[in-house]
Amino acid sequence: MSRPLRWNQALPGGTDLPVLLPAAARLARSAQSERTSGQFMLRLRAEHGVALFVLFLIACGAAQAQGGAGSPSILETIWKWTPLLLRGFLFNLAISVTAMLIGTLAGLFLGFAQISLLYPVRKGAWLTTHFFRNAPWLVLLFYCMFLLPFQVTVFGVTIPIPDWVKATFGLALPVMANVSEILRGAVQSIPTAQWESSASLAFTRRQTMWRIILPQCIKRMLPPWMNLYAILTMATVLTSIVGVAEVMTLTGRVLSAENRQGLLLPFYSYVLLLFFLYCYPIARWTVRLEAKYAVER
Amino acid sequence: MESFWEWFKALNDATGINLTIFYDSFDRRRFISGLLMTIRLAAISIVASVLIGVVGAWLQGSRLHLTRKLVYWYIQFFRNTPPLVQIYFFYFGIGSLLSVTAASGAPVPIVSNVTWAVVSLSFFAGAFNVEIFRSGIEAVPGTTIEAAESLGFTRLRTYLLIVLPLAFRISLPALNNNLVNLVKTTTLAYAIAVPELLYVSSQIWSDSLNVPEMMNVLLVMYFVLVGSLVWVMHRWERAIKVPGFGA
Repeated sequence: MSRPLRWNQALPGGTDLPVLLPAAARLARSAQSERTSGQFMLRLRAEHGVALFVLFLIACGAAQAQGGAGSPSILETIWKWTPLLLRGFLFNLAISVTAMLIGTLAGLFLGFAQISLLYPVRKGAWLTTHFFRNAPWLVLLFYCMFLLPFQVTVFGVTIPIPDWVKATFGLALPVMANVSEILRGAVQSIPTAQWESSASLAFTRRQTMWRIILPQCIKRMLPPWMNLYAILTMATVLTSIVGVAEVMTLTGRVLSAENRQGLLLPFYSYVLLLFFLYCYPIARWTVRLEAKYAVER
Repeated sequence: MESFWEWFKALNDATGINLTIFYDSFDRRRFISGLLMTIRLAAISIVASVLIGVVGAWLQGSRLHLTRKLVYWYIQFFRNTPPLVQIYFFYFGIGSLLSVTAASGAPVPIVSNVTWAVVSLSFFAGAFNVEIFRSGIEAVPGTTIEAAESLGFTRLRTYLLIVLPLAFRISLPALNNNLVNLVKTTTLAYAIAVPELLYVSSQIWSDSLNVPEMMNVLLVMYFVLVGSLVWVMHRWERAIKVPGFGA
């Protein structure tokens, strides 16, 4: 370009149009990161927990007032059922951790296939990734719940498959697709100069991948991966729709066992609080890591 | 046409692949009505959530502290709770309060489950849209607005003809992500028995005992639905992208 440089011409696109304000770049960046991670960023703050706690207390107070004199205290009732609810919640966590583990392993495999040099492998992996990314989580959950057998027989030994294992597989499928896309996005975000300079240093493709590209990718993948985990944890309540005895299902059963007016809100806000207490540190940590790596980049 | 449907019957006899939605007119009608319900849910919620986004973004710029706080807490609530909880909250929480007692003594809800699904889905996606449009409007430089003023545009015309079109072009990628997410979330309406695609499919597979076939049909249906939305929106996004902005 032979045009004289102007003060506002330092844009990467080389445009001399009026510069948009920083909000536009922020929005474009977040849209891009959402597109690779397939999920929106959770932004939990301490005030959300405070608001939930206040809601919980108000709901308890209202229920107490509705119950009238002589009925047992709401907090006592909740405390009585807490061990059961916590067991259900631990079950949710177990499902989320297992699904994340399976999904990540399969997703990394699929992600590597997506950057393969072989055209059919690359295309096939791309199609698989997008197939599972475009399918709603609930549909994939149903798919695994109904189509996986309830037991398998291997060499005459019959192994039963409980429903929560099937639900875990159902949740692992979308995780797999999202992890695959996160890996592909991260590899693609590494400047091509890194590839070129390692090629000039006579690294093979495998060496370049393992020693140069992937170590840089891990930093970029960690925040969206953790965000995905927090969202997966929240999505484990979907398994209650297909009848897994997790915390939502148990809460429903407790409510029908107590059979008392006004218990709905205290109990469900209690469950929400449990989820908040678990997801909040993860969300905070994700934001911290993101900020840290954004500066280093 | 009839011979086309008959072909699926022959397929069932020959291979056992039982696609009742093609040769059984009752199942076919159910399936199509479910598909239309999903499309309708998605379409109405998309329009409503975009409207909520525009109005919310406008309210967020309000001078009243209370209005801004209200919009803020609205966004926080719908952004940070699972959509299933929101649907339950509307349907069981608010819906049970809004019911009249019929002559038979049974409570009759005033608002149907379909309406509650639309309302909760719109509010869910709307919360994200408010933030998206807010950033879009914020991104329009003050100098652009001043230029419009100097050309004699009124405030309303500046907003409608200058700020909004530019803000929309900036917001479109983020908006698309959100709308795609919304279409996937319509499946949650299953939980309150809205007869959408997933719900009618579950009815069909319990009546016709063809779970594997229906499951695959369902997966392919959603892949096509969401995939075509993604494709169309990305085409549009590329066509109206602000030149020189972004990658």
